[in-house]
Amino acid sequence: MKLNGAKILVQSLKNEGVDHIFGYPGGAVLHIYDALDAQDDIKHILVRHEQGATHAADGYARTSGKPGVVLVTSGPGITNAVTGIATAHMDSIPMVVISGQVPSALIGNDAFQEVDAVGITRSCVKHNFLIKDINQISSTIKKAFHIASTGRPGPVLIDIPKDVTITQIDEPAYVDTIDMRSYQPIVDGNPEQITKAAELILSSKQPIIYAGGGCVIGNADQELREFTRQLSFPITQTLMGLGAYPAKDNLFVGMLGMHGTYEANMAMHDSDCVIAVGARFDDRITANLSKFCPTAKIIHIDIDPSSIGKNVAVDVPIVGEVKSVLKDLIQALKGKKTADISSWWSQINEWRSVDSLAYQTKEGVIKPQSVIEALYEVTEGKAIVTSDVGQHQMWAAQYYHFDEPRRWINSGGLGTMGFGLPAAMGAKLAEPNLDVACVTGEGSIQMMLQELSTMLQYNTPVKIINLNNGYLGMVRQWQEFFYEKRYAMSYMDALPDFVKLAESYGHVGIKVEKEEDLKPALIEAFKQKDRTVFLDIMTDPSENVFPMIPSGAGHNEMLLAGRDEMASTNDEGLNLV
Amino acid sequence: MRHIISVLLENEAGALSRVAGLFSARGFNIESLTVAATNDETLSRMTIVSVGDDGIIEQIVKQLEKLIDVVKVTDLTATEHIERELLLVKVDVNPNTQADIDRQIDQFSAKIVDVSEDTYLIELAGQSKKINDFLDALDASKILEVSRTGVTGVCQRREG
Repeated sequence: MKLNGAKILVQSLKNEGVDHIFGYPGGAVLHIYDALDAQDDIKHILVRHEQGATHAADGYARTSGKPGVVLVTSGPGITNAVTGIATAHMDSIPMVVISGQVPSALIGNDAFQEVDAVGITRSCVKHNFLIKDINQISSTIKKAFHIASTGRPGPVLIDIPKDVTITQIDEPAYVDTIDMRSYQPIVDGNPEQITKAAELILSSKQPIIYAGGGCVIGNADQELREFTRQLSFPITQTLMGLGAYPAKDNLFVGMLGMHGTYEANMAMHDSDCVIAVGARFDDRITANLSKFCPTAKIIHIDIDPSSIGKNVAVDVPIVGEVKSVLKDLIQALKGKKTADISSWWSQINEWRSVDSLAYQTKEGVIKPQSVIEALYEVTEGKAIVTSDVGQHQMWAAQYYHFDEPRRWINSGGLGTMGFGLPAAMGAKLAEPNLDVACVTGEGSIQMMLQELSTMLQYNTPVKIINLNNGYLGMVRQWQEFFYEKRYAMSYMDALPDFVKLAESYGHVGIKVEKEEDLKPALIEAFKQKDRTVFLDIMTDPSENVFPMIPSGAGHNEMLLAGRDEMASTNDEGLNLV
Repeated sequence: MRHIISVLLENEAGALSRVAGLFSARGFNIESLTVAATNDETLSRMTIVSVGDDGIIEQIVKQLEKLIDVVKVTDLTATEHIERELLLVKVDVNPNTQADIDRQIDQFSAKIVDVSEDTYLIELAGQSKKINDFLDALDASKILEVSRTGVTGVCQRREG
């Protein structure tokens, strides 16, 4: 049977098990849309902006573990998608983006809605393709999904000129296997390195496990739990790793890094053996590199060889999938006795007693931290929580104690404001039976508001927790600390009435101004299972995120709420972000 | 330190820009870059000369290996290898300077590949240092145009 390129493309997507596509039509992809319309297996979600499509696909991917799929047109279609592609790239999220391109004969002629999609996205994708020949559609789709979802995952873009989608060939046979000589991701760790790591682990007296997003993406949560409990070592997690190890477990010492707990950062600083699992020593984590873990031997397990030794010199590198390497390590450590670390635990518990996440309540003011605590309580810690970027993101990470992986969905690497709402929509489509909350702020939410319309059309009820303090809070906090309270352009005057706004999109809006109304409003919102509810919560505009490692400082130089109301930095710190 | 990095990669459109883009995006330095197809027409060989400390060179190699189109990366500097570069240089020649230029050509075993009324076009292949030395030996004011290919190289062992 003869099929046109568009039908072959859609069939190839079905072969990959795609059930949702997030997209927006336009001239260059009309044949593909026509082919999509002629089938029922793949559901298309018509977003209101292509950036929303990428974030929704991203939220879908982070929640389900399957690649998110995006379809956009040429020109502005793909340029609008770039922010979402870069977001997925920084957090290693599997995604396949298909962009239409002007007809082959017009490429390079500055045709209407033409951009060099492959060129523009090159530095923010794992790989990209321009399909020039209809015979390459099915194999390219196969390769794209393979590349996106194996090794260190990431987004793959396929640019396809319009003429390639309308010419016809005999339906290609489906090929299930793929072998690329230039792409052979490593799975298992080197046994010698695993033995070395095990020896180091057994001899360490002040160890700490530092687990990152790789444990979530690599589905290694069970292995991480077994490994940690086998050793009874303290474990800290990065922003991206939260949920891989249960937050309520006593071995968990909290998140580390700029807004991590005092005990996690102090333990990192004083450790003699840091076991990094699927983490990449990002600058939010290490703080000042010259002061980072001065006495520790470092074991680094990562799928990406280029992550190892990039920022921090490593004593025992192990390249491989964290799941496989942890299994081997668990085996290697079985029946072996670790050094006595009871005095290390006493020290950690002393740091713990500082209670670095304690905050002051104030009469008549809703503290943002208390909103997250109430959210945790009302949802019994079982919701999927997406977030935007800023103070609210940190509070959500600190006060919603994630016990399961793939429940905390946020843009950690790129820090993309506007991510939270479309990601919540994608998460709800992936897990329709779970409650989904989008923790956001009045700054971030306004970057992707239009997706409220999509959420009504496809009935993806989520609860929007808008921590409304009238400020771009994280900017304001830095200006208070480092710019002598000169609040340059961080106050948002003329905010919309979010309740009416939500209602105009067909959703429910609730404004919360008093602390006593907070919990009842949350309960009411989650009771409305089939409605999207926008909770506009007026929170303390002067609240800061603590504890904090100011720019340029080390892990043992944290600022604590109540003790250090004011932070300072030096010239070196001011040059850092 | 100067390193010669040899990259075997799929002969695909855009492969060169992936490599060039990687170097500029990550702030790595490129002294020279040459690329051409190999005996296997599906593969290209790229030779990059870069300068950096061990940590930077390690990152360059790892980041290159991470590119999906890259089949193999070898730091030639770490092994026994042969490197060559080709120079084409056009020089002004007149009766007063001709003898000196001829002597330099002879000394460096360079070759005159084209002659006009008042110019020579000279070809010289060798290590970059030899080419630098030859150019230094010529009277700078007489050099009209220089074109160098950049370094290419091969590992001497049977299995590169």
